Amino acid sequence: MSITIWTYILVGVTFALYIGIAIWSRAGSTKDFYVAGGGVSPLANGMATAADWMSAASFISMAGLISFMGYDGSIYLMGWTGGYVLLALLLAPYLRKFGKFTVPDFIGDRYYSNTARTVAVVCALFVSFTYVAGQMRGVGVVFSRFLEVDINTGVIIGMAIVFFYAVLGGMKGITYTQVAQFCVLIFAFMVPAFFISIQMTDTILPQLGFGAKMSDGVYLLDKLDGLQKELGFAEYTSGSKSKLDVFFITAALMVGTAGLPHVIVRFFTVPKVSDARKSAGYALAFIAILYTTAPAISAFAKTNLIETVSNTAYSELPDWFSNWEKTGLIGFEDKNGDGLVQYLADPKTNELMIDQDIMVLANPEIAKLPNWVIALVAAGGLAAALSTAAGLLLVISSSVSHDLLKKQYMPNMSDKAELLAARLSSFVAVCVAGYFGIYPPGFVASVVSLAFGLAAASFFPAIILGIFNKRMNKEGAIAGMVIGLLITMYYIARFRLHWIGDDATATEADWWFGISPEGFGTVGMIVNFVVSLVISKFTPAPPEDVQEMVETIRIPSGAGEATGH
Amino acid sequence: MTPKNFDKTAYWRKNLKYLAILLSIWFFVSYLCGIVFVDQLNTIRMGGFKLGFWFAQQGAIYVFVILIFVYVRLMNKLDKEFNVNED
Repeated sequence: MSITIWTYILVGVTFALYIGIAIWSRAGSTKDFYVAGGGVSPLANGMATAADWMSAASFISMAGLISFMGYDGSIYLMGWTGGYVLLALLLAPYLRKFGKFTVPDFIGDRYYSNTARTVAVVCALFVSFTYVAGQMRGVGVVFSRFLEVDINTGVIIGMAIVFFYAVLGGMKGITYTQVAQFCVLIFAFMVPAFFISIQMTDTILPQLGFGAKMSDGVYLLDKLDGLQKELGFAEYTSGSKSKLDVFFITAALMVGTAGLPHVIVRFFTVPKVSDARKSAGYALAFIAILYTTAPAISAFAKTNLIETVSNTAYSELPDWFSNWEKTGLIGFEDKNGDGLVQYLADPKTNELMIDQDIMVLANPEIAKLPNWVIALVAAGGLAAALSTAAGLLLVISSSVSHDLLKKQYMPNMSDKAELLAARLSSFVAVCVAGYFGIYPPGFVASVVSLAFGLAAASFFPAIILGIFNKRMNKEGAIAGMVIGLLITMYYIARFRLHWIGDDATATEADWWFGISPEGFGTVGMIVNFVVSLVISKFTPAPPEDVQEMVETIRIPSGAGEATGH
Repeated sequence: MTPKNFDKTAYWRKNLKYLAILLSIWFFVSYLCGIVFVDQLNTIRMGGFKLGFWFAQQGAIYVFVILIFVYVRLMNKLDKEFNVNED
């Protein structure tokens, strides 16, 4: 059977599954809609969190990015996993004990202020919209590549599917579809990885094959280091970024992960505090399966690619090359006219143009795997993109219906009316996300770092201080969030987006302390902590009942169920 | 709800002690082994891996997972000891 037919079958079957689950688990109350009724088992929540977390970028782009970054790619591997340790130890159990629906709920109640709540809502909306735009685009790209429709049609199909289960099912529908999506995506990621690991190193587990010998008796990584050097690139196992920058970027991604509202909110869905802790453990274990396999795939794919194309005559290249050339993801320009492909570090003599996404998408073809495996990758990529988009849309809709409408403007709204408002706002959010998917703002790629930086510089310190510092008051927290946010936004606008100031003075040499905009969230976070602590010293202590509340969230017993009241 | 004679301060202090130990390990494997001392560790080999590189792309992640499960165990025990567990 051809790749296209296999793709239709696998994508069709998985979509039918998601819709079936959505109908079975639709939401009947706001509690179902916001926190899946608070009755999700820790294991299921772990899978749902993993699917929510691993986006189209993790599934499709990350391994490719690492292929081209080598050691420097570790910033993503450690940055996007290490945050779960912070989440499990410092946030999840206490927020679960607090027992409300959303992150702005916590900020608003803990800091007894609707101003704080509004600041939190704005951050949550901004972070989530930034993120969701990229996901919808990802859905479109995968559809267009494998089903041969254009990207916009792909985005619209994706919107319809997400609309169906996010609007109908709310958190309940999303959670159970995400469990299914996790299974699909992890299976789709691992199958080609096993095949390739066996092919290249005779080892089944890619995590071990990564450090094993190839058939010619040379260790894979030594071989790759050698090949890279020969072509003029840096050694694969040593990076080119400064240590300080790697340190700061890793920290910004870790702390940002722990501060992302769509991740935090997942821990409101389990029944008990101890379940929240356990569930974070499961989530990271499931995420680690993909995150320890990805760097192995990167090394396999890079070695494979160099060995296949470097100094090969263009006319003798395998079929996959011309197939993917049509998509513009790979290209060859015979600069010296010798008919051979020269893949070199020097841009003047390099003749091969490669998009990082091809490393995962075309990897099964490069490794000559069967057609059903190639189709499986398409289904997996879609599962990854859809699950993350749905989780984000839920945060957006609950921010609007719960944190803005119910908590601020219409406190007397009935549960039924709030549920309707939540559905309507998620409908609007789907449309806005789709719009961004079809007309992506030019800065989407660079604003993902903005999302992490902002989460790190705003939510994380405010929540940590709210739990661990009883004396922290609204003045300190609000000032910290606002200043942390502004300074991070300024830095990114100045040095990444070039919206402020003179371009000529916004080069790498002008970075403060040599920290790149991606890593600046860490600085924003530190500034937030310092400002909050200093200001709270000079302003009145929080009211008695708030201090008591902090005492209660520190103790697991009596967690009860998540409530909105 | 909260049991009588429950020593809040002792419970919280012990919790903070666990956090300090676990987070030090977290910092050690990722930031120290994987970033700051990566070049020194890279002179040591473990099969086909240079050790520093292995920590940055594999080892740190395994340790993260273990840390959370150790934390879960420690806290479940602590909750029982102070009689604040939820069952």
